[in-house]
This record gives sequence, structure tokens and C-alpha cells, in this order.
Amino acid sequence: MSVEAREARQPWILLSPALGAVALLLFVPLVFIVVYSFWLRTSTGADQVGFYLENWQEVLSDAFYRDILLNTLKIASITTVVCALMGYPAAYFIARSSGNKAILLLLLMLPFWISYIIRTMSWINILGVSGAFNTFMLWIGIIDEPLQMLYNQTTVILGLVHFLLPFMVLNVFVSLDGIDTNLEDAANSLGATRWQAFVQVTLPLSLPGLAAGGLLCFVLGAGTYITPLVLGGPRDAMFANLVFEAIITQLNWPLGSALSLMLLAVLGALVLIYNRYLGMAQLMKGLG
Amino acid sequence: MAAKTNTGWHLIRIWAIAVYVFMFLPVAVVVLLSFNASQFGSFPMTGFSFRWFAELAQNEAILRAFRTSMILGALTALFSTTLGVLASLALVRYNVPGRNMITTMLIAPILVPEVVLAVALLLFLNFLGLPKSFPLLLAGHVIFTLPFVILVVQARLVSIKRDIEEAALSLGASPRQTFFEITLPLMMPAVLAGGLFAFTISFDDITGTLFWKPGGVETVPTQIFAMLRNSISPEINALGTVMIFMTVGLPLLGLAIARRVASKGGT
Repeated sequence: MSVEAREARQPWILLSPALGAVALLLFVPLVFIVVYSFWLRTSTGADQVGFYLENWQEVLSDAFYRDILLNTLKIASITTVVCALMGYPAAYFIARSSGNKAILLLLLMLPFWISYIIRTMSWINILGVSGAFNTFMLWIGIIDEPLQMLYNQTTVILGLVHFLLPFMVLNVFVSLDGIDTNLEDAANSLGATRWQAFVQVTLPLSLPGLAAGGLLCFVLGAGTYITPLVLGGPRDAMFANLVFEAIITQLNWPLGSALSLMLLAVLGALVLIYNRYLGMAQLMKGLG
Repeated sequence: MAAKTNTGWHLIRIWAIAVYVFMFLPVAVVVLLSFNASQFGSFPMTGFSFRWFAELAQNEAILRAFRTSMILGALTALFSTTLGVLASLALVRYNVPGRNMITTMLIAPILVPEVVLAVALLLFLNFLGLPKSFPLLLAGHVIFTLPFVILVVQARLVSIKRDIEEAALSLGASPRQTFFEITLPLMMPAVLAGGLFAFTISFDDITGTLFWKPGGVETVPTQIFAMLRNSISPEINALGTVMIFMTVGLPLLGLAIARRVASKGGT
């Protein structure tokens, strides 16, 4: 074999294990659950191979699934907006701080390394009946009875915001840090106020980072089932909880396949729209 | 700077401090309560004590979960880093046709919701005759951590200059010698960073793990999850504290090592 041919083959040899793994462990399984979603769970517990539309009929027409899907999108939307409102000023502070930016950013990223389950359950210590908040309020005498604050939609959103905020901060920071501060100074010297300069120059330039952070918060938030299980009440199930129920509890795998694909379709559509207008490059910047 | 003395900047600073408090307060409370002498996992603090850490060390279920998580994390890091480093080398060092397409494919496991990835892998491998088991768990963790490894390693590989390798080649080293004696040592910080990243993500994962783990096998996060079903016990807080120090301490240590190695190699 010539040197050139060997040179041309080399990258593919290096890539093949990773590409093979992704193909075998992700792409083929995804195709497989498309097929599986048309099979049928029989009363005997065995899966009937064939082409049945029952699962899809159930998923697409049952109001129960529709309501939970809408509720999931609502929770994810609120979470994303709250993350943006909390995270943008914080990221702006880090990017424009005269102090050590790397340390400030690292500090805010630290919770990102702390286990998701620990961070989620830590709110029970704060908001529980004998948690920090109630103990404090009882102690200073504002309340006589501990307040029941946990296990509702608000605490689910709170837990999700706590989990996802670092993604938002990091993405906005990457965007803001890349903006030349001279632009704002130029706007000022041309007569714009600080606020005008921010709204008309900095904010538009940082929108790609905000969008990337928003996408991550939304998609990760809408795909969770642990937070509602730990911090939500019985009526706060999200769509991924339905998938978990179908697959793990009821062992109805064909129905679970259809529900998973439904979730993938909704969230995948968002990723595709994002990719169409902004491209994946921005997202990679924030992740790497 | 004059701009930083105005009220707007003050408001932003106060806001940012509030965000830091929001992020750290719950975690700080976990650590605080883990040293509480009281037998309930809650306030008030009745004294300072290590008893919950001592009980933790005697809890068979937790120790078993800890071992499972360590082995799973280490194996995940090994496989994921090997696959990731090879792929990153190809993407950074060669002009591969369809580079963007390939990158997107390799990143796909984090673009798909983890629940969907979990279901697809579970059902497909079960169909192939591999039921819920440790290998399934490992396969899941490898595929889920691979994109993170590739992103981290790629970012670091870009900064290694090819000149040094070309110098070695022109001085008569074989390509194999060049790789093992020049490229690999220069890549070590990237490899370590990727491995640590994979380990930490695997060690923390619960979303996929709950789908893939066989009955009776628990990792640390699923063990905590199972314990939460009853009520929050002081042991959970103690375990949380151990996890916090592990998952925060390890990457910081790795970062420090990487810095040191890089500064030695760079000068």
C-alpha cells in the first residue's frame, strides 16, 4: 500500500471504535425502539411481534399523556426562564469582573460536579418540615407551625433550576467573554447610556450564548424524572416519569418505546430548530 | 474603572452574590448536617459528631454500592477515554472528510435525552440476549460519557504543536517512537482530564443507571435514591458529604496535576 493510502486510512482506523460504539449502542437501538413501538404487549406478558398501531394511538390520543406532556413543557419553560434571569446577570458579573474570572467561574461550576441526586435531595434539608427554613422561622417566631413547602410543582422547578443554572451561566459567560468591551465604550463615547449600550450592543451579541444555555436547560429539564420523584408530589409527574413507569414498573416495553420516541420527537425538534438557526458550534463551546 | 462604581454594577454584584448563595447553601447544609450529633437527619444541631461517618463505614449496603460505583467509574473511564482519545486524534490531526458530520454523530449521545438513550439501549441489548447486567450498565455509561471525553480531549489536543513531532521525525525517530515518546506524554494532561471527566460523570449518573442496573445491584446514587424513599437520614447527609468531597476534590486534584504537568512540559 502506498504511503498516501495508508495516511488516508489512518483517521478512519482511529475513528472506527468510537463510531462503531455510537452506532451499535445508540443509532441501531434507536431504530430498534421504533420497530418495538409497533409491537404489542399481550396479557400473558409476552410481546407480540407485528405492526400494531395501538401504542401510538394511545400515546397520541389519550388526554392523560397530552396533559403530562404540556405540563412537562411548562415546567421546562419556567425553569429555562428562571435560569436565564438568574444566570445572565451572574455571568455578566463574572465576565466583566476585575477580579479573578477563572476562580469566580470555577466557583459557580463547582456545584456542577456535585452529584445531581445529592443536590436534589439537599433541598429537603432546606425546605422540609424540620429543615433549615422552618427551624429558623420557628426560632425567630414568625410562624408557630412548620410550613409544608415541599413536594409540589414549585419545588420541582426549584430543584431543576439549581441543577441547570451552571449550564446557563457557563454558556452566557463564554458568549460575553468573547465580546470586545471596546464596543460598549465606543457606544458610550457616542452618547449612549450604559443601559442603552448594554441593550443595543452587548445583549444582542450575547444572544447565541443565551440561546445555547436555554436549549440545554430546556432539553435537560424536560427529560428528567428524578427531580419530580424526589421533590414533587404524586401529581407532579413529568413525561420521563411515564417512560420510567412503563418500562420499569409495568414492564410494558412497546408502550414505553412509543412514549420515549414521543419525548425524543418533541425535544429533538427543538434541537434541530436550534441547529438550523444557530448551529452546533456554539453549543460545543459551552460544553467543552 | 468609573463604570464599576455606579449603582447598576452594584445591583449586578449583589445579584451575583445571591446566585452564589443559592448554589452553595443547600450543599453547605448537607455538609453541616452530616456532622450533627442528633439522630434525625435534620435541624436543630445538637452537637458536633463523626458518628454518621462511622456508621457509614459499617453499612454493608453502602459499602457495596461504593465498590460498584468505583469499579464502574474506573472501567467507564478506561473504555471511554480510549475510544475518545483515538477519535479526537483523528479529528484534530487529520483532514477527515465530513468532519462536522462525524463530530455531530459522536456528540449525539448527549443530544438525545438520557431517558430515551437508556430505554433504547436496554431494549436493544435485551433483544440481543444481554439482559440488565453489569456489562449493560458499563456499555451505557461508556456511550453516555464518550461525548464529554471527546469534547474535553479535543479542546486540549488542539493546543499541542505538531512542530515537536515533526522535529522528532526529522531527527530519525520512527512514527511509533514519536507517538510513544513525544505525542503521548504531551497528550497525558488531556487523557487524564478526559478520564477524570468520564469517571465523575459515571460516578454521579442516576438517570440511565436506574434503567440499566440489575435488581440488587446499587451504585452510590441509586443507593441514596433508595434510602430517600423512607426519610432523609443523617447517614444520607454523611454519604452526600463524602460524595461532594470525592467529586469536587478529584477533578480539582486532576486540574492541579494537569497544570503542573503542562507547566513542566511547556517550559
